[in-house]
Amino acid sequence: MSFLSKTLGTVAALALSTGAALADPALIYDLGGKFDKSFNEAAFNGAERFASETGGSYRDIEIQSEAQREQALRRFAEAGFNPIVTTGFAIANIMGEVAKDYPETKFVNVDGWLPEVPDNVLLINFQEHQGSYLVGMMAAMASESGTIGFIGGMDIPLIRHFGCGYAQGAKAINPDINIIANMTGTTPTAWNDPVKGSELANAQISQGADVIYAAAGGTGVGVLQTAADQDILSIGVDSNQNHLHPGKVLTSMLKRVDVAVFEAMSAGEAVETGKFMTLGLAEEGVGYALDDNNASLVSEDMKMAVDTARQQIIDGDLEVTAYYTNDSCPVLDF
Amino acid sequence: MDRMPPWADAVLVPLFSLVLAAILSALVILAIGESPTQAFWLMVDGALMRSAGWGYTLYYATNFIFTGLCVAVAFHARMFNIGGEGQAMIGGLGVALACLFIPFPHWIIALLFVTVAAGVFGAAWALIPAYLQATRGSHIVITTIMFNFIAAAVLNYFLVNLLRPPGSMDPATANFPEATHLPTFQEMFSTAETTLFRGSPANVTFFLAIAACVVVWYLIWRTRLGYEIRAFGHSETAARYAGISPVRITVVSMLISGALAGMMALNTTMGEAERLVMNATEGAGFIGIAVALMGRSHPVGVFLAALLFGFLYQGGAELALWTDIPRELIVVIQALVILFTGALDNMVRMPLEKIFLSLRRKEA
Repeated sequence: MSFLSKTLGTVAALALSTGAALADPALIYDLGGKFDKSFNEAAFNGAERFASETGGSYRDIEIQSEAQREQALRRFAEAGFNPIVTTGFAIANIMGEVAKDYPETKFVNVDGWLPEVPDNVLLINFQEHQGSYLVGMMAAMASESGTIGFIGGMDIPLIRHFGCGYAQGAKAINPDINIIANMTGTTPTAWNDPVKGSELANAQISQGADVIYAAAGGTGVGVLQTAADQDILSIGVDSNQNHLHPGKVLTSMLKRVDVAVFEAMSAGEAVETGKFMTLGLAEEGVGYALDDNNASLVSEDMKMAVDTARQQIIDGDLEVTAYYTNDSCPVLDF
Repeated sequence: MDRMPPWADAVLVPLFSLVLAAILSALVILAIGESPTQAFWLMVDGALMRSAGWGYTLYYATNFIFTGLCVAVAFHARMFNIGGEGQAMIGGLGVALACLFIPFPHWIIALLFVTVAAGVFGAAWALIPAYLQATRGSHIVITTIMFNFIAAAVLNYFLVNLLRPPGSMDPATANFPEATHLPTFQEMFSTAETTLFRGSPANVTFFLAIAACVVVWYLIWRTRLGYEIRAFGHSETAARYAGISPVRITVVSMLISGALAGMMALNTTMGEAERLVMNATEGAGFIGIAVALMGRSHPVGVFLAALLFGFLYQGGAELALWTDIPRELIVVIQALVILFTGALDNMVRMPLEKIFLSLRRKEA
């Protein structure tokens, strides 16, 4: 009896430890939802790439409400998923709290900020202003009217950060350029309101804008559509959106959320935590998209100017001011 | 006698509506290739079989009790307050300002003061639509729903420009001080050996919600003001003839309604997040309409309907966690219940009434 129970116990312990060693990662999307053609979808693509390249599996959830953030974190942690990857800054705060209760589980967040990072938490941030600077330069070079537009999603500092980098890039090419900046709204629905995006794009076009940069999640789909319909250029964001309207999307400001998620999931439990990770141009965490769909739109001059600036930013010769530095933008009022 | 007995009205109609909604939901789940029975048990298991699940169910139910009562009180005066969402947002602002800027020594004192703050802020947000309705005839449905958007903008302004701690990106306030922490069910009911309600957000405001049910019942059926509200609701001309001021009743009932919506923020903001976040209301203001309709604007009914919706929310979360049923379909299932219990009430009621009538005729 005692021998049997001991053996069984060992077997159970073995099973448990192998189970833990092969723990699947989990992914929690922000409120925008999995298929926003932008930020969350980039995370989804990263997870899918992980699944197809490593043959692993993962579980994901699209949360519906604020309270579900903590719930999803705890339930996944209790079920033994590791690491748990989350997108969006809004979950970071509660993730920091929950992480303390599950020291064995690794937590990764994209976009978040915490005053103190717990030992089992990794916060991944992107230098969106650097990437936006480059597409701002391209917008200014492509514009014939001398007026360009920016359409943000929800009016929060992160989106002003995008707009501020864009404006600085455009002013670097043409100091007199006129930049029209609009935000879609002040509530989270602003991330997924393509109709409003389309209206704003029309309004900006009527004011003379001939290149519009949309940093607005799912709302951007409407901006890109209207720009294509009205035969002007647009700039996509987060994922490569050039293919949505070939020949009409000047470029996309890439934010490689997919790479971040893929790397975190591939590293599994060995993912390095307890720190911030900042991905900028140097790490290829941000950049601009160039493919067959926009090859005809990007001239050699444009490419050269942008690549030069890119190198200067990486080398530290060119400083793009972050909106966060003093919560204002030197060249653009919102 | 052309009506069915009260028990049938109160129990049978909602029950039949629920069964119809469940059947339709099962068909929807079947259509996407998942098993409805498995889904149902997953919901029951996740929401009712574990204490942590109950913790979430009761947390959601607390929100829905407050917003359900908010809509119910206005209903009694024949007003359709669909501004519960905005009133709760502004109530949340009151909660945040009180918690952040008044140094409370103990949570009991804090809860008393903050309840008042939440109520006053929520009521203040209902005051303008109420006044416009009472004196200018601006329809309350239009004004309250527009005030939801204004509330969102006001809240956004406060959070982004004034209350956001430096360095933070999240449009949210700083964390509230430790002294304003409300006891959660986990702290109240766990013993040394067993942890109950682990990690769930249900907290002491649930009892406040029950108290609110009792107060509303007393107010509506046992006070002069409640009588005036009901009289006004049944017939404005008769109420006017009886010397009841329509302006006063409109404004007062909307103030009570707004205060109840504002108090919902106690649960989400002071009880759960312990800071004010952008969308703390999560649509509970709108769910309150369905809760009040299903609960026949009676506090007991509101309480039961709120529990049901709490179950649907928590069960829906479990479905999202452990199945591949997409989020949108979970909303469809929740919406079916709202549709059948709220909007399609007569579809069930009329045949039932006919059955009862024919039974009675046979007896006679």
